[in-house]
Amino acid sequence: MKKSLLAAIVTVAAFGAAGASAATLDQVKQRGVLHCGSNPGLAGFAVADDKGQWTGFDVAFCRAVAAAIFDDPAKVRFIPLTAKDRFTAVQSGEVDVLIRNTTWTMSRDTSLGLNLGPVNYYDGQGFIVRSSLGLKSAKELEGASVCVQQGTTTELNLADFFRANNIKYEPVTYASAVEAVKAYDSGRCDAFTTDASALYAERLRLTAPDEHVVLPEIISKEPFAPVVRHGDDQWFDLVQWTVNATINAEELGVTKANVDEQLKSENPEVRRLLGVEGNFGEGIGLPADWAVRIIRHVGNYGEIFAANLGPDSPLKIDRGLNRLWTNGGILYAPPIR
Amino acid sequence: MARTPPVQSPPPDRGDATGSWLYNPAVRGAAYQVALAAAVVLILYEASTNAIENMRRLGIVSGFGFWNAPAGFDINQRLISYSSTYSTYGEAFWVGLLNTLLVASAGIVLATVIGFVVGIARLSRNRIVSFLAACYVEFFRNIPLLLQLYVWYNAVLRALPAPRQSLSTADAVFLNNRGLFVPAPVFGEGSGLLLVAAVLACAAIAVFGRWARRDQDRTGRQHATGLVSLALFAGFMALGWFAAGRPVTFNVPDLRGFNIVGGLQIYPEFVALLLGLSIYTASFIAEIVRAGMLSVSRGQTEAAYSLGLRPGITQRLVIIPQAMRVIVPPLTSQLLNLTKNSSLAVAIGYPDLVQVFMGTVLNQTGQAIECVVITMLVYLLLSLLTSLAMNIYNRRVAIVER
Repeated sequence: MKKSLLAAIVTVAAFGAAGASAATLDQVKQRGVLHCGSNPGLAGFAVADDKGQWTGFDVAFCRAVAAAIFDDPAKVRFIPLTAKDRFTAVQSGEVDVLIRNTTWTMSRDTSLGLNLGPVNYYDGQGFIVRSSLGLKSAKELEGASVCVQQGTTTELNLADFFRANNIKYEPVTYASAVEAVKAYDSGRCDAFTTDASALYAERLRLTAPDEHVVLPEIISKEPFAPVVRHGDDQWFDLVQWTVNATINAEELGVTKANVDEQLKSENPEVRRLLGVEGNFGEGIGLPADWAVRIIRHVGNYGEIFAANLGPDSPLKIDRGLNRLWTNGGILYAPPIR
Repeated sequence: MARTPPVQSPPPDRGDATGSWLYNPAVRGAAYQVALAAAVVLILYEASTNAIENMRRLGIVSGFGFWNAPAGFDINQRLISYSSTYSTYGEAFWVGLLNTLLVASAGIVLATVIGFVVGIARLSRNRIVSFLAACYVEFFRNIPLLLQLYVWYNAVLRALPAPRQSLSTADAVFLNNRGLFVPAPVFGEGSGLLLVAAVLACAAIAVFGRWARRDQDRTGRQHATGLVSLALFAGFMALGWFAAGRPVTFNVPDLRGFNIVGGLQIYPEFVALLLGLSIYTASFIAEIVRAGMLSVSRGQTEAAYSLGLRPGITQRLVIIPQAMRVIVPPLTSQLLNLTKNSSLAVAIGYPDLVQVFMGTVLNQTGQAIECVVITMLVYLLLSLLTSLAMNIYNRRVAIVER
């Protein structure tokens, strides 16, 4: 871990020129494969099976970018990155895009030489505790030990929350989520904290998942967004509009199954999305049917969510804030026109 | 670069001065060195200017301004006052550095002690003892340290009860999976007197020790220096204690809510790291000690025996002092290794320098180059200081050499 970080830094230092000015899209096309930074293993978001096949919510967005470029969602190489190493990997050009449940914050956006956005998942930080403790609220955690993963916004929110509520606690910090969960499971900590979506996923790793409950408080805003380097606006646009296309597709009722049929639709919004009218792909260096490729191979936002996190997955996470704005959520994508 | 000398050039020693300096080996050697140094400087200059330029263009913030910015995260194990409320990244650095120093120095002492004991045990005439020592060395030397740390950490944690089921002695010492809790001394008014008493006791012990040695040299009588020193120390401390009016009180740990509150807490992460590092490094030190002892010729032992010295005294006064000059240089490398290996703390949640500074601070500030450079310089400095100390010690033991 340390070595790869060092190597990445040396790369930034000495050969970083490859980073910004050269067009990322051309490099990706020439290479024939997209390099996508992903979580090394988080159920629902990014998991590699025993054949090395990656699946998950974030993985689906990587595949969507690849589908838009190559019309082939398999042309992605996934590079698993720890929370600690992920930004260096983007800065150094080791990955073209990082889609790894990464919270969009101002400092990350403005001081790391990175661009983030748009949000593909609205999350918040929560706590899991043993149900035998009989806790009703995170504010009852006075004096508790809390296991947390290092190098995350989680670590800071945790300090903020306890400070704001004037509660004493003891943080126990681990480099990887796996170690943090293991330590919580063995009783080293009274609580484990991370983003609520991940809490449900990590709960499955515990020896007796049913003996643990997720506390109701959400103590922070955690909008997850894809990350790219500064300096290549077209590439940033491409990633942004890939996410926007999946959201717009759900709103317009375009699905994996009916996308070919929808090509004949009379609805001007659908026609623009699918490239029947206008040529919106040109602006991001892609052919007019870029969104059709995304939807055909990966599906719309709702389908991606349902398959990886929602009812069709073991996690069964409620869509909550991630419902479309028309359904009581806050998911809202700018129009294609 | 090096051109073959032209055939027609005159030999340099024939009085014709032109070009003679070109063939002077000293001048050539110097020229090569200058060229090499220039190349190294040029590469470093290119790399650093390129890095600065790239970072500027990408909009990555650089510099050491973050040092005084508020840190905003908490660290559980610390030797100095630190809190997310008021502390800076700079203070987080010191917390991490002190934690590294603590585990490294405790590890160095423990590893050296275990290493010497096992190394000497391996040479024991008692078959079982030497077999057990050999097993120890072969087992711990051949398993990766990281794996051992995981085993220690998880073994330590799983074996211990939850806080509410703590093992406790006299309701003052508690042991559970959050650590070992012992009463913490609170130094009240007049504690300075205790320090004075300790200094006086040490002085008295030194004086007595010198007198005892001289007396033994003169008369051959032996004195129970250990016992007397202990008595002197206890006496002086007791005197200071009552003279100052019992200045030290104890903060006794107590179970409140989730955890034990108060007292002095020794964390399981620290214990696991200390045990892992010491036991692993000790297996190498044991072999070094064994090699050192075997390097002392058999004749030395025989000569000591023929003077009537018992085996224990022979080891202590004849063999080990001579073995030290062989032991110390490789021992230094092992101690350096131990210090550097302490950075594996990151895996088991002990907040050492790498975990705090190259982990959380680097990630929150995003200033990778600065953080990595500072961390590397710290380890370099620590290693150089350790080697300096060991070299000084080595020079002292090497004087024995004839």
